[in-house]
Amino acid sequence: MKKLALGAAALALAATSAAAEVKVGMITTLSGGGAGLGIDVRDGFVLALEQAGRDDIELVIEDDQRKPDIAVQLADKMIQSERVDVMTGIIWSNLAMAVIPSAVNQGVFYLSPNAGPSQLAGQGCHENYFNVAWQNDNLHEAAGAWANQTGYENSFILAPNYPAGQDALTGYKRFYEGELAGELYTQLGQTDYAAEIAQIRASGADSVFFFLPGGMGISFLKQYADSGVETPVIGPAFSFDQGILGAVGDAALGIVNTSQWSKDLDNPTNSAFVESFQEKYDRLPSLYASQGFDTANLLISAIDAADVSDKEAFREALRAADFDSTRGDFEFGPNHHPIQDIYAREVVMEGDVLTNRIIGTALEDRADAYADACNM
Amino acid sequence: MIGERSITLVVLGLLLAVVAWALVVDEPFTITLATRAAILALAAVGLNIALGIGGMVSLGHAVFFGLGGYAMGILAYHAQSFSALDLGLVSVAGTKSMPVIWLVALGVSALAALLIGLLSLRTSGVYFIMITLAFGQMFYYFAISWSAYGGEDGLSIYVRNGFPGLNTLVPIQFFGICFALLCAALFLNARLRASPFGLALNAARQVPARIETVGLTPFRLKLVAFVISGAITGLAGALFADLNRFVSPTMFSWQLSGELIVLIVIGGVGRLIGPVIGACLFVALEHWLGGLTEFWHVYLGAILLGIVLFARGGIVGLLTGREGPHV
Amino acid sequence: MSLILIAEQVLNGLQFGVMLFLMAAGLTLIFGVMGLINLAHGSLYMVGAFAAAAVAGATGSFLLALAAALAAAALAGVLIEILVIRRLYRAAHLDQVLATFALILIFSEGTRWVFGSFPLFLDVPDALSGPITLPGGIQYPVYRLTLIGIGLAVALGLWWLTARTRIGIQIRAGENDREMIAALGVDISRLYTIVFALGAALAGLAGALVGAIQSVQVGMGEPVLILAFVVIVIGGIGSIKGAFIGALLVGLTDTLGGIFLPELFKLFMPADAASQTGSALASMAIYILMSLVLIWRPSGLFGARA
Repeated sequence: MKKLALGAAALALAATSAAAEVKVGMITTLSGGGAGLGIDVRDGFVLALEQAGRDDIELVIEDDQRKPDIAVQLADKMIQSERVDVMTGIIWSNLAMAVIPSAVNQGVFYLSPNAGPSQLAGQGCHENYFNVAWQNDNLHEAAGAWANQTGYENSFILAPNYPAGQDALTGYKRFYEGELAGELYTQLGQTDYAAEIAQIRASGADSVFFFLPGGMGISFLKQYADSGVETPVIGPAFSFDQGILGAVGDAALGIVNTSQWSKDLDNPTNSAFVESFQEKYDRLPSLYASQGFDTANLLISAIDAADVSDKEAFREALRAADFDSTRGDFEFGPNHHPIQDIYAREVVMEGDVLTNRIIGTALEDRADAYADACNM
Repeated sequence: MIGERSITLVVLGLLLAVVAWALVVDEPFTITLATRAAILALAAVGLNIALGIGGMVSLGHAVFFGLGGYAMGILAYHAQSFSALDLGLVSVAGTKSMPVIWLVALGVSALAALLIGLLSLRTSGVYFIMITLAFGQMFYYFAISWSAYGGEDGLSIYVRNGFPGLNTLVPIQFFGICFALLCAALFLNARLRASPFGLALNAARQVPARIETVGLTPFRLKLVAFVISGAITGLAGALFADLNRFVSPTMFSWQLSGELIVLIVIGGVGRLIGPVIGACLFVALEHWLGGLTEFWHVYLGAILLGIVLFARGGIVGLLTGREGPHV
Repeated sequence: MSLILIAEQVLNGLQFGVMLFLMAAGLTLIFGVMGLINLAHGSLYMVGAFAAAAVAGATGSFLLALAAALAAAALAGVLIEILVIRRLYRAAHLDQVLATFALILIFSEGTRWVFGSFPLFLDVPDALSGPITLPGGIQYPVYRLTLIGIGLAVALGLWWLTARTRIGIQIRAGENDREMIAALGVDISRLYTIVFALGAALAGLAGALVGAIQSVQVGMGEPVLILAFVVIVIGGIGSIKGAFIGALLVGLTDTLGGIFLPELFKLFMPADAASQTGSALASMAIYILMSLVLIWRPSGLFGARA
């Protein structure tokens, strides 16, 4: 329930609302646990708009507090009262499932900067829904592929017992070819992993794959490092992004994680993005910030190519994805989800800051497992 | 000072006036907010029967709210996917009809309230607060790991359920349904208080021993009240899920139980109209404070503290100049 | 499943249990002496962890961080006791629940205001990092062993405090008859502030100790708070002995349940369904335990009054 005046940036954008041709509604998580992700997406998005210097885009930002019912209400408000043309911003899959199907059915375009639940990639895909980040399984699949490339043959895998956790293990197993030393579901929000670590130690695994987003991952990594278990760990980028690394500390050093983006990806757009983000916000960007940035640039490219009131043309313009992505190559598959390379990164120390460095490509031009089920 | 009955009429009138205004100036979102307030009020009216009249401080009423929500979610999910709902012995078709969903929500939450009440009412005081909290947590964790119905992701229903003769997708029509049910629950609540059952329940809260000497068992009185209370909150849960066209385990969370209590205390414990005032103020505060600052919880907390410390009878207490019943 | 693994899991359960005890002891003391339900106890845990992380970040010393956690939590405790809690002692449980719920809101968002939305860093001190080999070949982190030691020492200390010291006598007397000890010339409001500060300090200590192996973030206190309530309800509210036994019961049930329930289901289910069902049941296990205890003994294992 929050209309944030985002300092000078949003004010400048809103002040010209009389001339605005496209109204964008951003619902994201800005308070409570998990606010870090939403703040990064927002900052990346706002940075792109600022750099483009556009006065024909009006941005309305609201905070969903990570509560599905609040998100739904805000979406109602944006569609009914603000009459936005395009929506974006949602971080979490469960909020996405609550908001997106009804929003796109009401004729609004939705550009997802983060969540990519499988339902929306498969049977529930929609012509007005575009995912600019990844399908949820992608990074886990890449972890499985990287495990093969590294030669792991006996993985221990764990994730919280909720849909995204179950998808994560399924995604890993989709590509991983070796044996499983163990498969474990932990509690959502669990903070102590001593019991799980003991099982890992006893299992004789040659590698550990884990998906534990947010504070859960921080706890796991610290405890794992302290336990003296030496089995190498691999995971998706979520537990190694810039916002979290500082809290994990040295325990993260050397761990391989999979991501579609990295700070050291070598292309001009990305270098400029990393530099300007650091300059403006005085911190390193995370993958969430890069996703917010890309989402805004995709939007701008579509606005340049077509009028938003001509839905057919605007949809085509979005589908063309004719913008410079921080990821280098970027294109949409038939279900409007990215086809992109996914990299393996290693956590390294740069000066006194922990960050990631690319060490290889885990999957090339990966689409997703659900595209075939999508009839658009 | 004003009488309680006139406050009740004024508050309901004000809520209608706000909605009428929103209709005239074409602000559909205000109607959505009013609908949210009416539904939360209905849930709190339910809780108020247990808490205000019966003195049972339940920190687990989200169980019934969530069950109502999932009753709606599961029935509508099967209806929209044309799959049968397998209940072990029989399998039934889902439904998108509100009245049917309401009946199921009432039934399921009443049954749950009966079972939880049977176990919990053996305890009292803090133990009662905590055991109801524990039941809430059990349902919460169960819902999170129940992947058949979405687990933590919850269930999305793409189109709001139907009510014969109305188009529920029009905000004002759905508001009308919720408001009518709220009024019905308030009426039931008022009749209940004045009935011999309500008087006995009130006495059971104040002096249990006296109730026993006239041959009534406080346990049974409280259990009946708890069941009615749970059923009404369950109905509100079904409406809430329909408002959002979505149901998820957060409907079972202990914070929600806490918020329902907050609504009642803001308005005035045990007052007929207390929950309605509380819900309207809460929704308005959430909307208004949230617009002012990202850290609006701090102010919400301060306001709550102020009410507890300096306005013991809640808003109704302030207006009537009397403290409410002691719980 | 080997004996070594089981022994290690029992140690884990024990460690979890003693940390819960630090939280539960304060809660149960405060309820026993003042009759107050303090939902904001989890916020004091968070205050301790944040203070420790801030000081450890600035000075690099874990001991200083612990001292800061104790001081900050005790100070926060004294502050809210004097400003808010003091007015609630005679109030109904409902008012207490509500006022302390309001305090949670204020503390959580206030902390985010000051420290931002990202988790803070707090690490195990170097001297205690890494594992040690115990008799029987169990590899176990030194830090966790230290936690068990500290928890047991605090339990002993509390026992000594309540059983052997003057203030302990006053506390016990206060539980039984507050008018009488006031009549005997004990400054009751000072006694209450001290007890509250003590409880707060214990929560802050737990927050700092646990924060080193978990994530220091806003909202970290709430899950622990609910567990601590489960503990004191099982043990009987007001009883320190009950809190101790309850904490160990909850710690062991939670840890061992998480391990053995999935294994149990694997006997008659496919592996990944068993893992899901088992862990779903494990997450409910302690609440089921609590309900069973309350149905059997409505005022907990060692509870004197309801």
